Amino acid sequence: MQRRPHTEKRGNIMVNTEVNISGLMLENPIIPASGTFGYGREFAELYDINILGSIALKGTTMKRRYGNEGPRIAECERGMLNSVGLQNPGVDAVTDEEIPALSEVFTKKVIANVCGFSIEEYALCAEKISRSDKVGIIEVNISCPNVSGGGMAFGTSPEAAGEVTKAVKAVSKKPVYMKLSPNVADIAAIAKACEKAGADGLSLINTLAGMRVDIKTRKPVLANKSGGLSGPAIFPIALKMVHDTAKAVNIPVMGIGGISRASEVLEMIMAGAHAVQIGTANLIDPWICRKIIEELPVLMERSGINDLDEIRGAAWKKQ
Amino acid sequence: MKQQYYEVIENRLIAKNTYEMKLMGNTGEIKRPGQFINLEVKGFFLKRPFSICYRTREYICIVYKIAGGGTEAMSSMAVGEKLSVLCPLGNGYDMEDCCSLLLRKSSSLLIAGGGTGTAPLYGLTKELLKRGIKPKVILGFGSKDEVFYEENFRDIASDVTVVTEDGSPGEKGLVTDIMSGGEYVFACGPTSMLKAVWEKSAGGQFGFESRMGCGFGACMGCSCKTTGGSKRICREGPILKREEILW
Repeated sequence: MQRRPHTEKRGNIMVNTEVNISGLMLENPIIPASGTFGYGREFAELYDINILGSIALKGTTMKRRYGNEGPRIAECERGMLNSVGLQNPGVDAVTDEEIPALSEVFTKKVIANVCGFSIEEYALCAEKISRSDKVGIIEVNISCPNVSGGGMAFGTSPEAAGEVTKAVKAVSKKPVYMKLSPNVADIAAIAKACEKAGADGLSLINTLAGMRVDIKTRKPVLANKSGGLSGPAIFPIALKMVHDTAKAVNIPVMGIGGISRASEVLEMIMAGAHAVQIGTANLIDPWICRKIIEELPVLMERSGINDLDEIRGAAWKKQ
Repeated sequence: MKQQYYEVIENRLIAKNTYEMKLMGNTGEIKRPGQFINLEVKGFFLKRPFSICYRTREYICIVYKIAGGGTEAMSSMAVGEKLSVLCPLGNGYDMEDCCSLLLRKSSSLLIAGGGTGTAPLYGLTKELLKRGIKPKVILGFGSKDEVFYEENFRDIASDVTVVTEDGSPGEKGLVTDIMSGGEYVFACGPTSMLKAVWEKSAGGQFGFESRMGCGFGACMGCSCKTTGGSKRICREGPILKREEILW
């Protein structure tokens, strides 16, 4: 596979946007987040998605899921709520159809996001999907707020989070990243439990639980009553959680939550993130990842940053 | 699909709480009537989906009714304002499907619109007429002050019936009261109306609306169940064929 240059001469300095997450070298730290980019096809029609660092695929379960009834979308100031509920075609369709189709248009490794309703399902799903050569990292969703008896149920106690981590690590052929929920009292405690159980890295944050009420019907806007809040409104919350977690663990953290511009990517990395995921911003502007990838080296140069490694954790590390 | 700025060149009240807006910009990629646009309203996070009523070389026409804060804000947009628009979106009405069906059997062709759902059917009727197909038109509204585009339809089609639920102009009743049954229908309107028309029809295509996150198939916010599995209203829709629909 031919690699693109990840260093760029800008002005007097060489700008390097490359990052390493558990041995996976990314040309830049920009990864579309799970659930906002499908399996890549819709975006491949719009631009050459090979410019992306990687792609976090739509959350996948063992069996096909339709998800929750509609309405599944509500709006708020600088953000939105969704209660999609893990709609996906099931792991077999993902490995047999979606990943091969994506491979036609995307040459790099992907991050496969898996979810389950039991520890066994997490392990089975991760084992199956990790066999694909296309998959570079397994991201384990223990933080979906829109399903009952699964998802977030495993991500709100350190014990349960540790158990899922152990089970997935035992069968996965690829590095395992646990995707954490912000709907907890102490995210660093959950993060440490995952690290102790063998996680290779962490992804955070998933959406925050929220709701809206329709004043005409006097009922919740979402058929599921509540949903997950995302978008620019949650960026400062996500940033603090990435900061607190990165300080507490010695494994890489992927920063997620409300990012929509290059300056926020740099903030996340300064808070301690190794790479970032762009979520809801893709829905508002389908070309946003390309814009951020173009904007990042320009902003690095302007900010006197040669390499992302030199600023990682700068917000809390002693010089 | 492209994201471009369109300029408001007209925005006027045409019926109770109902506005017609003309947006100047690229219309070359629109392939079928029944496709839609996703339009940015400043101060609101999500774009708003509106079906294209009709288009010319220069502009897109949409019809919207004030239903919440976003459409309220749209109603006071001034001529000259520039809006970011994703266009075109969705599948649109498949006119070939009805042509082949009409050749096969002599089932009559009906346009059935309800409320603002009437808007995309105007552009469709124009396109059908260009192909030499003359459909019967039935438009249903709540009351007289909500009726729009009656003259526009009468100008282009010979068999147009307008019904209102309170009987204020023309015939009192529902679209389905006028249907003879067994028609091939191009329909758009509220879900209850679509379902009633679906039950009386023999075939056809039905335009749905939904709350959407993105409008282009990424978020799975507008999925619905069909006989062919789940479909996204924004991508595989908003037009579903009669045989696909599950109520």
